[in-house]
Formats: sequence, C-alpha cells, structure tokens
Amino acid sequence: MGTFHQNKGELHGITVIVDTTGPEIFVGRCDDMDDRGIFLHDVDLHRDGEGGRSKDDYVKRASRFGVFKKYDHLMIPRDRIASVRRLGEVAAE
Amino acid sequence: MPYSELLVRPMREELSTIGVRELRTPGDVDSFLNEKNGTAMLVVNSVCGCAAGMARPGVRLALEGERRPDRVASVFAGQDLDATARARAFMADIPPSSPSIAFFKDGELVYFMPRHRIEGRDASQVASDLTQVFTEFCAVPAAT
Repeated sequence: MGTFHQNKGELHGITVIVDTTGPEIFVGRCDDMDDRGIFLHDVDLHRDGEGGRSKDDYVKRASRFGVFKKYDHLMIPRDRIASVRRLGEVAAE
Repeated sequence: MPYSELLVRPMREELSTIGVRELRTPGDVDSFLNEKNGTAMLVVNSVCGCAAGMARPGVRLALEGERRPDRVASVFAGQDLDATARARAFMADIPPSSPSIAFFKDGELVYFMPRHRIEGRDASQVASDLTQVFTEFCAVPAAT
C-alpha cells in the first residue's frame, strides 16, 4: 500500500540525472516535467571538473548510494536540459 | 510534517505483521544497532508510494527465503523523526534516502539499497537483490 499521484508524469517520484547543455549536472527526485522544464526535489548540483570529478565520475558515485541534497526544490528550464535519465538505471560499481 | 497516523498505520503493519520490529525512539534504534553480533537489516520505511509501495512487499518476499538476517527492524522516515535521525547517524556517510534498506554484519554496514535502486522496480526485483545479500552474509538455518 502506498500513496500515488496519478496526475503526474511517469518520472514523478523517480530520482533522475538531469544533464544540462552547460557544465552543470543535477540529481534529484522528479516531481514533474512540462513545457517549462523539470521540477526536482532534494537536489544536488555538480559542475564538471568540480573536486577533480567529471560529470561521469559524479554520476558513477551518485549511483552507488545517492546524493546529499544542496537544494530542497529546483526547476531546470527546458532549454538548458540536454538529457534526463533515471539514476537507478546507472549500473552501480 | 508527519502524515496522519490513520494513513500510516497500514504501512507500519505491512512490515510489523511479518516480524519486522518497529523502532519508534532513538533508544529503540540504539538498542537495535548497538547489538553487534550477527546480521541485522534496517528498513527505512516511507509513505511514498512511488518506491515504498515496492520496498515493503520486496522485504516480505525476501524474508520468506531460507536465509534471513538475525534481526530485522524499521524506522519510519517523515513520521518517527528522532528515531530516523538516530538511525541515519549510524550510516553518516550515506546520503539520507527513504525508502532504503541497510544491512549490517557484526555491527558494520555491508550493504545499502538506496531509494533509487527501488524506484521503478517490482517487489520481486527488490527481493532478488536482498536475497543475494542474505545468501552472502546470512547463515543457513540449522536443521531441526
């Protein structure tokens, strides 16, 4: 038994990786996605090269245990989004 | 803000009725996780249907197998706030995640299934991952 929100898109409640056209990459729990962009909860942000880690390095690390959030909520505009994929689909190492 | 207990009770009972001990206070958590001998599994329960709706039945299926942890307990994230915070202090290097499942052997965290490894999967897939962990770390029950 659980609570469900059937008026939301298929990614609602799913932890996603949102790569952007710039150096930023985000991991957060998707609330919804529409023409304006994607709305995330409990969001972490990484910038390519930050801490010596590329975007790929960051995603691999996030896939193991998740991320510590930097923002409670965030909206990423559609024109900045390069890709959206599920964190759970990244193979854990 | 915690949900109504009326809403949450069935989610608690989905685990408690299969023998999962509910830890409602920091003291409950301490007494459970400070027992260092053997294997212990801690389920971080959650209201969220998107993932917890699969985590609980996954735990139930896994516990029906031959091998199982010596002790199994749960805390309820978003409901029993102090108990959940205390449980997370035992795995401080791991980002908070609910639902999630932590597995300890002799007091050491040896496996963690975060929320994103539960989302979008069905109960049998969650159970399959847990069964692999039980096979690796739990003893075969002695024949009676």
